[in-house]
Amino acid sequence: MINWIREGQVWNSIFRHGVPRDRRTRAMAILSNVFLHLHPVAVRKSGIRLSFTWCMGGLTFFLFLVEIVTGVLLMFYYRPVVEYAYFDIEAMRSGLVSMGLLREIHRWAAHAMIISIWLHMLRVFLTGSYKPPREFNWGVGVILLVLTMLLSFTGYLLPWDQLAMWAITVGSNMARATPLAGYEGPGAAFLAIDGVPLVHAGSDARFQLLAGTFVGPNALLRFYVLHCVFIPVVVTILIGVHFWRIRKDGGVSGPL
Amino acid sequence: MHYLLAAGGIERVKHAINTICEPAPFFILSCAALAVFLIGYRFWTRPAVAALLGLSAVLYYAISGLDENFFSIISKPDNVPISIMMGTVAFCTWLAFRQAAINDARVERGEPLLEAGADDKVLVWPDLVYIEFIALILCTAGLIAWAILLRAPLEQPADPSVAPNPAKAPWYFLGLQELLVYFDPWIAGVLLPGLIILGLIALPYLDKNPRGNGYYTFKERPLVITMYMLGWVVLWVVLIVFGTFLRGPNWIFFGPYEYWDAHKLAALLNIDFRDLFWIKALHQGLPSHWLVREAPGLIFIGFWFTGVPILMAWTCFRKTYRQIGFIRYAVMSQLLMWMFLVPLKMALRWTINLHYFIAIPELPFNV
Repeated sequence: MINWIREGQVWNSIFRHGVPRDRRTRAMAILSNVFLHLHPVAVRKSGIRLSFTWCMGGLTFFLFLVEIVTGVLLMFYYRPVVEYAYFDIEAMRSGLVSMGLLREIHRWAAHAMIISIWLHMLRVFLTGSYKPPREFNWGVGVILLVLTMLLSFTGYLLPWDQLAMWAITVGSNMARATPLAGYEGPGAAFLAIDGVPLVHAGSDARFQLLAGTFVGPNALLRFYVLHCVFIPVVVTILIGVHFWRIRKDGGVSGPL
Repeated sequence: MHYLLAAGGIERVKHAINTICEPAPFFILSCAALAVFLIGYRFWTRPAVAALLGLSAVLYYAISGLDENFFSIISKPDNVPISIMMGTVAFCTWLAFRQAAINDARVERGEPLLEAGADDKVLVWPDLVYIEFIALILCTAGLIAWAILLRAPLEQPADPSVAPNPAKAPWYFLGLQELLVYFDPWIAGVLLPGLIILGLIALPYLDKNPRGNGYYTFKERPLVITMYMLGWVVLWVVLIVFGTFLRGPNWIFFGPYEYWDAHKLAALLNIDFRDLFWIKALHQGLPSHWLVREAPGLIFIGFWFTGVPILMAWTCFRKTYRQIGFIRYAVMSQLLMWMFLVPLKMALRWTINLHYFIAIPELPFNV
């Protein structure tokens, strides 16, 4: 039966190589699969030791995929407006819209992703893997780290409970103090025309972030779009660059 | 009777731990622990020693969990990731330095590195693909278990008129929020995070040491690793733990076994650098123009960011300066001086209650 499927036209149209049993077919298994061909065909033996890589980069990517899958499913049940947001989350929590553990997995995977990306950076640092020729890719990784934390930060507001609102209030209050661009920041007072300030509570960096002077309905919508569309798209593109550069820079690092 | 004595003993231990968890001892002990670990990394990373340390930490955590105040902090749903972070950071640090110790000993004996054998290649299918597959399944299982055991938090609906006390940012930013104790928001919340990002991106272009590329080592790059561990483990992770676990209402310090009493007072009378100079030292009033008034602080901060790097280029960083050149040294020293301004200001706050080096509310510009 299995052989009958494997010899049929359908199977052979999908997998153009035989069972990966020898070197040639194993190489083909990687090369002819769009997802697996992120990998090279062969890697240095020390590079795949678990004690060397800790698997943290891969786990970060996997957690990102978990976030996308659970996040898209959550979007079916969530409306980013003040009147509904909290009660939509409460409905998920009480199992009225029975998505079970979806929200739990989404939230804990987000926290786990922050930890795993920090540990990935620690590993890359302590093995000196940012050194030439990987300087640029380290920089891409730093941007991805920042974006991961911003993803988590923007998502933190969406439940629209006290925890969310005040955490974002504390966080976004920092933007008020941006030098030149925040109305309480140093230098902002100099940006004035005929004594009329250009940077005030209704025009500064914090206002642009929240679309308002406090964490209100506009901020909720803005964080929702940032969280669900804008940052994930940028992260996806940068992950592509990051992975591509790993290959171009010689794969998992090892002694030169 | 014995029971009462024992209970009194436990209370005394709790009280002692509460005391050493105050900001100054907590931070200084963290730095000291890092120094002791790095100096004796070959000893501390031996499996038996590390296992003993890990086990005692777990035991301490478990026993402390019996205390209701301790338990109420660590069992907040959003604080659980912090405990996980502490455990994984400790484990991964051990794993890395264990391999560094082995590699450094091997190099001394003239033996090949753990990672040696560049031509020794294996096929990705099956060797790597299967590792990834197993890691992915374990990760999924772990996530599902975590999700079943712990519900995601949901508090009361958002209400702009009822501010919780304390109001805290998400835990991964809490190190920065803790820095608000010592710096104004434009430094703690904008400048320092920006410099951290810039500094991390600049790191590969500043560190011109060609050794230690692609393998664990400490001996071949001690300075860079020490700076990174100080910056990341102490100034980031330790401050996060401090900000989440030990800061209660009104951002006042509370020991791990202390009840978060919103009426606790902290007597603090902070004074500015200018007051120390003009009033305390020279016994005269403050000059009226801010430029004169703040001159001592401006000169000190100016010296910190220009004089100290120049002095270091002459003395302890002589070799580094020759190796990396003027521009790289200038960038590196500015980043380092900003990083070390943090512990400097902390130390001055704890010793002489320093508020600001420079306080110019006219601009406003406070450092």
